Amino acid sequence: MIYILKNRILKGIVTKHIEPGLVKTVESAGWELKSLIQERFGRSLSIRQVDTGSCGACQSEIIAANNPLYDLQRFGISFVASPRHADALLVTGCVSKNMLIALKKTYAAMPEPKFVITCGDCAFDGGGFKDSYYICEEVKNILPVALHIPGCPPRPLEIIQVLLRFLRKME
Amino acid sequence: MDGSEIISSIKKILPDFSALLAAQDYPDEISIKVTPRIFKDTALALHKILPSPVMMLFAVDQRKLSGVFTVNAVFVHLRQKQWIILNMDIAQESPYFDSLAKNIHSAALFEREIWEMFGIAPKGNPDLRRMNLHNEVWPEGNFPLRKDFKKNTSGNLSDYKFNSVVGTGIFEVPVGPVHAGIIGPGHFRFSVAGEPIVNLEIRLGFTHRGVEKLFEGKSPPEALALAECVCGDSSFAYSVAFAMAAEKIAGIAVSEKAVYLRGIFLELERIYNHVNDISGIATDVGFSFPAAYAALIKEAILQLNDALTASRYLKRVNVIGGVLIDIDAAKKAILLDSLKRIKKDFQELVRMLNSSVSFMDRVDHTGVLIRKTAADLGVVGLIARASGIPTDLRRYFSVIHKQAKFKMMTQECGDVLSRLELRFSEFVESCRLIEEFATKLSGSPEVKVNPVLKPASALGYAEGCRGPVLCWLKTDAQGFIDRCKIVDPSSHNWQALAYAVLGNIIPDFPVCNKSFNLSYPGNDL
Repeated sequence: MIYILKNRILKGIVTKHIEPGLVKTVESAGWELKSLIQERFGRSLSIRQVDTGSCGACQSEIIAANNPLYDLQRFGISFVASPRHADALLVTGCVSKNMLIALKKTYAAMPEPKFVITCGDCAFDGGGFKDSYYICEEVKNILPVALHIPGCPPRPLEIIQVLLRFLRKME
Repeated sequence: MDGSEIISSIKKILPDFSALLAAQDYPDEISIKVTPRIFKDTALALHKILPSPVMMLFAVDQRKLSGVFTVNAVFVHLRQKQWIILNMDIAQESPYFDSLAKNIHSAALFEREIWEMFGIAPKGNPDLRRMNLHNEVWPEGNFPLRKDFKKNTSGNLSDYKFNSVVGTGIFEVPVGPVHAGIIGPGHFRFSVAGEPIVNLEIRLGFTHRGVEKLFEGKSPPEALALAECVCGDSSFAYSVAFAMAAEKIAGIAVSEKAVYLRGIFLELERIYNHVNDISGIATDVGFSFPAAYAALIKEAILQLNDALTASRYLKRVNVIGGVLIDIDAAKKAILLDSLKRIKKDFQELVRMLNSSVSFMDRVDHTGVLIRKTAADLGVVGLIARASGIPTDLRRYFSVIHKQAKFKMMTQECGDVLSRLELRFSEFVESCRLIEEFATKLSGSPEVKVNPVLKPASALGYAEGCRGPVLCWLKTDAQGFIDRCKIVDPSSHNWQALAYAVLGNIIPDFPVCNKSFNLSYPGNDL
């Protein structure tokens, strides 16, 4: 306990420790995001992530977007454990035949209104795997995709910025 | 031990053994060709002499050229620094061979894979259920890795049969493929009697993308980008293993500086994964402050990677023949300076975790994988070391690690705590290695180019964060890839998880799973 308290005090607010330029971008993007979410989604936007055949790098960056430095949650975006709690479905990876049913079922389990986000180049058009015998169509031909976050993998900050740009435009 | 010595020691066990062909193809690789009749006995003899699990077992379709399927079994002789590739030709009219599975457990899953991908039957294997091509979506009788495979498949779909445990008071708990966290897909079927788990069946293959088929027909430099995307958190280890195989075929010896740079980047990849796993273990027992603290250390390492190479996951750094990104004096200063802070933070993290009695209570003697089970299953890499098996490719195969007096870490108990403490000590050792390697950097990391234009094969390997990443490459006469077989350490180790959780309660499964931290995409390919 003593070490936890010590480190808590020593570390302070971590966002100050890292490159000041970066912190500023995260903060300004994030707070604008929060006010938009307040306005459009009634305080919070809940996202359910599904991996349909990614290499794991996109997940790693989504997890990084939730670490104390970027801390997406403070802006009102939370990643939830069940599709029943979710407003949006976040798909990573090309769609393997084995995951097609699970993907459709996960989407069907979400309450209306709902929308789909794809994250990473593989989820957009199959990336390097699109010619494979085991890859289904692109996600956008399976589910109505509202937003794509490009990158291989997209950086945490890019994930936040793309979400922000999207919410600005959203009616 | 060279080819002749191996053969004489096989002869001690099999007096009438004779090889069709035995050759030292590369300084670290011996190939032995035998007839199908004695393949099984020879494999069993090698398994016993070396001793080595079956590190790889795979088929190659050569029907167009010579009318045969070739089956290769790869063993490793750690002390002698040799890979032994045992192979045989199987006539296309009779596509079957004698199964090794009942004698060597580590061959079992490979044989199932050969069956589903090539339609070559391992006679006597008790379990030939499909792994990656799920019965529900992939019709019977379509073998994608055969050269004459056509994309439009036809045939009957069926259901997958789980092993079931029956009896009074036994409940089945199915979990997945979509899990609660931000994580890959897999299906876990627990059978519980009251609280303790009596059986766990793991069904994987959900992220199967047909990677091995995609390699075929590509040129090696083009395929390197694909190799980096097989498993996102080990992309550098994959690119090193792939590049090494291509370099062996092309006869390229990479420059000394490139060897050191690869050493540094491999260790950087290892430490961000280790600290990520430590964070996961803390999260899964609900110890959130150290988990967040570890996540910050991981972020610091990723940002260091970014500063050095402009890629957080070290992609597009490695090429066949060398390394594209140099670490000059300025970058070296960034590296050493960041590492100093990372090491200090890590020390605090270890202290926090070690000083919490309730945390220790959760991880001590949880998820035990005893040494005997680990050895029988042919477990590799970090999981094997945590159960007391001394195996690490860096210790045996790498010259630069030997010069740096690399200390291989092992633990004895095989529980979550052992795997955690092993990560602690490996993290510290990796940081030391990076500092050591950084002092050795000199000259320029010139990239050597020598296009491959011949039919040849070679094995590339690298010790990734989970264990040995293996890549066997075969090129055709034009230098294009004819077959690329990849084996991730996870594919050896997933079965071990099912044994480690027995007798534990389901709420402890996440922490056991995280302490293994096996890869879904690396296993499913």
